[in-house]
Amino acid sequence: MSFKIASSPHQHNQRSTAHIMRLVALACLPGIAVQAVLFGYGVLIQLVLAIVTAWLSEALILKLRGKPVLSRLKDNSALLTAVLLAIAIPPYAPWWIIVIGTAFAIIMVKQLYGGLGNNLFNPAMAAYVLLLVSFPLQMTQWLPPLSLQSVDLTPLDAVCSIFTHYSCSGFSLPQLQANIDGITMATPLDTLRTDLSRGLTLDESLNRPVFFAFAGTGWLWLNLAYLAGGLLLIQQKIISWRIPLAVIASLFVLSAIATLAAPDTIAGPLFHLFSGGTMLAAFFIATDPVSASTTNKGRLVYGALIGLLVFLIRNFGGYPDAYAFAVLLANMAVPLIDYYTRPRTYGHRPRSELK
Amino acid sequence: MPGLFQQIQAGKLWDFHGGIHPPGRKEQTNQKPIAVLPIPDRLYLPLRQHIGVAGQLLVKVGERVLKGQQLTGADNSMAVPIHAPTSGTVLSITPHTSPHPSALPELTLVLEPDGLDEWRQREPLNFLTCDNLTLLSRIQDSGIAGMGGAGFPTHIKAGLTQPVDYLIINAVECEPYISADDLLMQEAATTIVKGIDILCRLLNPKAVLIGIEDDKPIAAAAMMAACSQREHYYVRVVPTKYPSGGEKQLIQLLTNKEVPNGRRPADIGIVMQNVGTAFAIAQAVLDDHPLLSRIVTVAGDTLNQPQNVLALLGTPVSALLDACGFQSQPQQRVIMGGPMMGFTLPDLSVPVVKTTNCVLAPTAQELPAASTEMDCIRCSACADACPASLLPQQLLWYSKAKDSDKLNEYNLADCIECGACAYVCPSEIPLVQYYRVAKADIREQQREALKAEQAKARFEARNARLEQEKQERQQRNQQLAAARQQQQLASGANTAVADALARIKAKQAQAAPADERNKEQILAERELKKQQARDYQQQKAQQQATEPPSGQPEPTPAATNNTDSKAAAVAAAIARAQAKKAAQATEQHATKQQVMPAPNTEKINEALAPAEADPRKAAIAAAIARAKAKQQAQTENETSAPPASAGAVNKPTAASDAAVAAEDPRKAAVAAALARAKAKKQASAEATEQTAPVATEAVIADQAETVVADAVVKEDPRKAAIAAAIARAKARKQADSENS
Repeated sequence: MSFKIASSPHQHNQRSTAHIMRLVALACLPGIAVQAVLFGYGVLIQLVLAIVTAWLSEALILKLRGKPVLSRLKDNSALLTAVLLAIAIPPYAPWWIIVIGTAFAIIMVKQLYGGLGNNLFNPAMAAYVLLLVSFPLQMTQWLPPLSLQSVDLTPLDAVCSIFTHYSCSGFSLPQLQANIDGITMATPLDTLRTDLSRGLTLDESLNRPVFFAFAGTGWLWLNLAYLAGGLLLIQQKIISWRIPLAVIASLFVLSAIATLAAPDTIAGPLFHLFSGGTMLAAFFIATDPVSASTTNKGRLVYGALIGLLVFLIRNFGGYPDAYAFAVLLANMAVPLIDYYTRPRTYGHRPRSELK
Repeated sequence: MPGLFQQIQAGKLWDFHGGIHPPGRKEQTNQKPIAVLPIPDRLYLPLRQHIGVAGQLLVKVGERVLKGQQLTGADNSMAVPIHAPTSGTVLSITPHTSPHPSALPELTLVLEPDGLDEWRQREPLNFLTCDNLTLLSRIQDSGIAGMGGAGFPTHIKAGLTQPVDYLIINAVECEPYISADDLLMQEAATTIVKGIDILCRLLNPKAVLIGIEDDKPIAAAAMMAACSQREHYYVRVVPTKYPSGGEKQLIQLLTNKEVPNGRRPADIGIVMQNVGTAFAIAQAVLDDHPLLSRIVTVAGDTLNQPQNVLALLGTPVSALLDACGFQSQPQQRVIMGGPMMGFTLPDLSVPVVKTTNCVLAPTAQELPAASTEMDCIRCSACADACPASLLPQQLLWYSKAKDSDKLNEYNLADCIECGACAYVCPSEIPLVQYYRVAKADIREQQREALKAEQAKARFEARNARLEQEKQERQQRNQQLAAARQQQQLASGANTAVADALARIKAKQAQAAPADERNKEQILAERELKKQQARDYQQQKAQQQATEPPSGQPEPTPAATNNTDSKAAAVAAAIARAQAKKAAQATEQHATKQQVMPAPNTEKINEALAPAEADPRKAAIAAAIARAKAKQQAQTENETSAPPASAGAVNKPTAASDAAVAAEDPRKAAVAAALARAKAKKQASAEATEQTAPVATEAVIADQAETVVADAVVKEDPRKAAIAAAIARAKARKQADSENS
């Protein structure tokens, strides 16, 4: 009688890649729910479009590469990329935006670099940057929260405007963006940037209706929802606490110092933390294991670098929000960071003591 | 800040990086007593069951052995003997599947038990009264090797001469399923403590730290109770975490020390022994009970009755499983060791050995087989789990790339293969397997590099040897050549130097201005001609006085046969005086010039002519002439006259000798010999360079000899013939040597 030969260890924990990816996607649900409630159902349609596109592109490329299709689709990595991109783009952006973006993310950024685990850049963020650079108009047409909208949008309106550029009642996106007074409203970060460029002070700008308390109307809740999801991931040991903490801490510290130095032109740390995509990026995007740093020290450096870049681009750069750029730039630095932040091996002297 | 020892005494524990918490599943076995297995039909005893070398076989096939009888010898320090676990007959000694991941056949002694279990003579020791050496040799002779898994010979670790601060007893047993040490502590804590006492006697540590995981509360309580009388024994209950039982990890846990890279725990004053080893030491020393059996956890859901069993070493795994109600499943795996570091067995004939702590027969649901390997998503869960703080993910890349430099840079060698990384990997990458392969590759590379180096060294050594031999040969040849040369020199050294000097002088003389020499020569010739003319006049006058003139004086003696002896003597005297004068005259100029040979010939002729005339007077005259010539030659030698002129002086001497010879055959022969010798000397002196003058001089010498010979012929034909023959032979020889 012969027995099966296997290599040790013979025991294995039951947390697989698919499981991890699924958990991360699930942790996005609070944020998605808040977004759907406060900003309309466009995000759900974007999600569907993105997921379908991601699966199709992944399957196509895997087939072309001669790899097993089903088992790799099951790892949920394409799904997660699609979800992250869908919640990052404006919810009422035309359908082809998300389709182009997702296909680019899966085909170009991920599969052409060798598939899962081999991509240098975060696929969702690379796609986001592609879309932002190629279609700046569509990518900045964020509708204000439903509470500020002059026209009530139904779920069907979301479908209509995504696929036809017009809501079912015939409003175009710019029309929908305008508030009751007919003033176009962008995201809080966008509004603040525009106002500051027009010579308004921070306080004057923050009196606008898109702002609520210390952050943007609706955006505060959205960020809190992603924060909750992120904390769940840390609790589940799906992600390391180091990257989110480093991102948030560096952004907080930098904006706190800056706002003390220039109170009229630079928003405070809380505004920065709870506006735009800070929490989504800190917990869900920067922590993408494939493109992030892999050492504990390196993760802190990597997160802090993202925080620094976001702070710089938001306050001094040409774009209202900056996570996509910051994450991509930090991705480039990862090999270097990893190399110089190797941990001290047991029984070896610290690297600094060598030589 | 309290010192380390105070902190340890206070019960402080530290932590090590990483580690995992796999389900323990020890409850399958840790509540049941240890079962004793019946003696199996056959015992398979691999000759080597530890890290080291096998001992020399002490028994033969067919021999009956007693229980506890040594089967192999402990003939060197890395050898640990094996013993007969029961009495029986040695059936064979053949290769048998080894209890090793490779399952390669190893030399195994097969014992057929006779069921009597008959002991050999036993000699228990009192460890308090016997010396350390006796204890150590007892430990070695009892076949004790580390029972935690590695199987390092215990007597080496127990016989360390380095000072030991802490003796750590490893009772952590961190692998899931295994409860063998747990049960041992529960049932035999006092014996274990006695074993620790013996180790303390040998090592004399500051403190004994007994590390037990907190999932073994009964065992920990038993140990605490057993140690209660010993002040410096500390039982430390450590949190359950895999791999706390790793040597380095437990050291870090209990003492916050790290074993430096490439060193041993002893280097930082720590010795670690497994709790089972301590028990075996106590048995060996106190009962003279060598290591014959061990406790093995037999677990897994395919068994009706998972339990710990006391199995004789050599018991095949099949006997263990059968005793526990094994129900085989399709795709069954049988694992020797724990689920984290154990290895699967190809068949069940593999025996229990000294390091076997567990046999696992799990169901597929219990320990699912590894599914397909997926891509690494760089999640770094492996790095978080690694107890050595390695970066398993980077190691994986470099293992796949076979980049051994990078693998070394990332300290692959520090991997303890605990399997924590592979356990946590979400992509189910068999990381440990990659590392094992990479390590084997690196070992292979190092071996090859070593081989290449050795080959190179051999090649270079060979070249060096050949070169040396060549030089030695050359040196020998040179020495021989030098010796030959010296021999040659010894025989003719003086002449060589003189020759050289003479050659130089001759050259200088030749190099003298031609005009001046010509003038001097002309003067000398004129003088000679005048003298000749005077001589001729005298001769003519004398001849006219005795008889009618017979024409010109011929150089041959026959021509002047019948001259008047008196007149001849006078003439000869006058001639001699004149010759002397002439010689002196030439000599004054001759220090650097060569005298032409022509006048010499005439002088000889002159000398010969009177000599033939009257033998007696001629003899006297010749003697005088000889003396004078000798004197002259000496002065010439003193003034380092060129050999040519010396030759010129010698010629008359030879001639006078010849004259003497003419008078008396005997004397003539002697004189001829002398003349020959002189001529030879002279000729050989000139032989090497001035061939032309030498030739003429040789001719002269020959002529002189011929003259002598002719003279001798007249007196005594026979003697003369002999002398002539000798002279001829000599002349020939001389000519030969000159020609050569």
